[in-house]
Amino acid sequence: MNNEPLWTIFIGASLINNFVLAYFLGICPFLGVSGKVATASRMGAAVMFVMLVSSICAFGIQKLLVAIGAPYLSLISFIAVIASTVQLVEMFLKKMSPALFRALGIFLPLITTNCAILGLALFQTNKGYGFVQCLVYALGAGAGFTLALVLMAGLRERLELVRVPDLVRGTALTLMVAGILSVIFMGFAGLGG
Amino acid sequence: MTSKVQGNPTGTLSTDEFIKGLWRENPVFVQVLGMCPTLAVTNSAINAVAMGLATLFVLVMSNIVISSMRKFIPKQVRIATFILVIATFVTVVDYAIQAISLDLHTALGAFIALIVVNCVILGRAEAFASKNGVVPSILDGLGMGLGFTFALLCLGTVRELLGSGSIFGLHVLPARFQDWVIMILPSGGFFTMGAWLLVFNGLKRRRAGGANAAKEAA
Repeated sequence: MNNEPLWTIFIGASLINNFVLAYFLGICPFLGVSGKVATASRMGAAVMFVMLVSSICAFGIQKLLVAIGAPYLSLISFIAVIASTVQLVEMFLKKMSPALFRALGIFLPLITTNCAILGLALFQTNKGYGFVQCLVYALGAGAGFTLALVLMAGLRERLELVRVPDLVRGTALTLMVAGILSVIFMGFAGLGG
Repeated sequence: MTSKVQGNPTGTLSTDEFIKGLWRENPVFVQVLGMCPTLAVTNSAINAVAMGLATLFVLVMSNIVISSMRKFIPKQVRIATFILVIATFVTVVDYAIQAISLDLHTALGAFIALIVVNCVILGRAEAFASKNGVVPSILDGLGMGLGFTFALLCLGTVRELLGSGSIFGLHVLPARFQDWVIMILPSGGFFTMGAWLLVFNGLKRRRAGGANAAKEAA
């Protein structure tokens, strides 16, 4: 059992080893949905919720699979759980907020193939976290993802207003900005020991 | 992306299924899919090649299985079925790499397991293998997989050359050369990928410009 203090786990997952900017997990929605701050923050919230639920499920499943001696099934069962959680969120949003449902579009079902969520389930298993540690880790990772997405969306809203050469416009520019953000986040290294 | 990559159900022109993935519809540089492994494991050329080949294997195998089962999979649960097929092959690759080279397995870390959520593979399953026969699907998988490996190699060589002054572990730059450590750190991945996209945009624009000039001249 790993007995890392909870606040180190949270700071580590959200700032120092930010899932997007240090581990490159969840780049697709990061590039795709970061056009507007409002959409980005809601997307972040949806991802955070899926992360929490799938983290709890993954913890239970891993314990069960180890108990019955079949840990090689973990990858397959993790992905099945994530897919069903996403389906749940999708149905919930469609009912509760159709406008948001349309704004997220194709990226909502694509949360299933968001590597950040599967990555979270795998990392927490590798690190041998306990139940509460898993929860905090999921919260931290979700917060870090949302932070990166919202920062990027804010920058891109500004970039709309400036004149850049046509050649650079689009994904190339976003990637360069992401690189600079990543350098900035390196400044957090060492925080929290 | 879907409109261009339907392929042809008749099965002629099968060399085209193979070649399009290498350049014209390159999954990384043109379609900008599968960015996570592209950026994460390309800090050295050897990692990039290993990751590319692992993805190639999963892509071809899952294309074979999915295209041969495409008539039996109900439409509503197709994505879930695809993911399960892919996850099975990724588990195989994960254990195989662990058996072949433990060092490589440590270097690639969780990113082997994360091949499951590589959008390139699911994208090909949905856009190609679920609509075409086995042979074109194999060719499509091979082409896309090699295109992916090629893109990873492009990034890996540049990052390793500038970041540690070597290619495939062999020192090529003079010892005087100050390593650009940032290139093998995460931010280097973003910068290199951005730069390659710029190069590709430039090439595309030049070709389009050339075609326009030719039209005007005629």
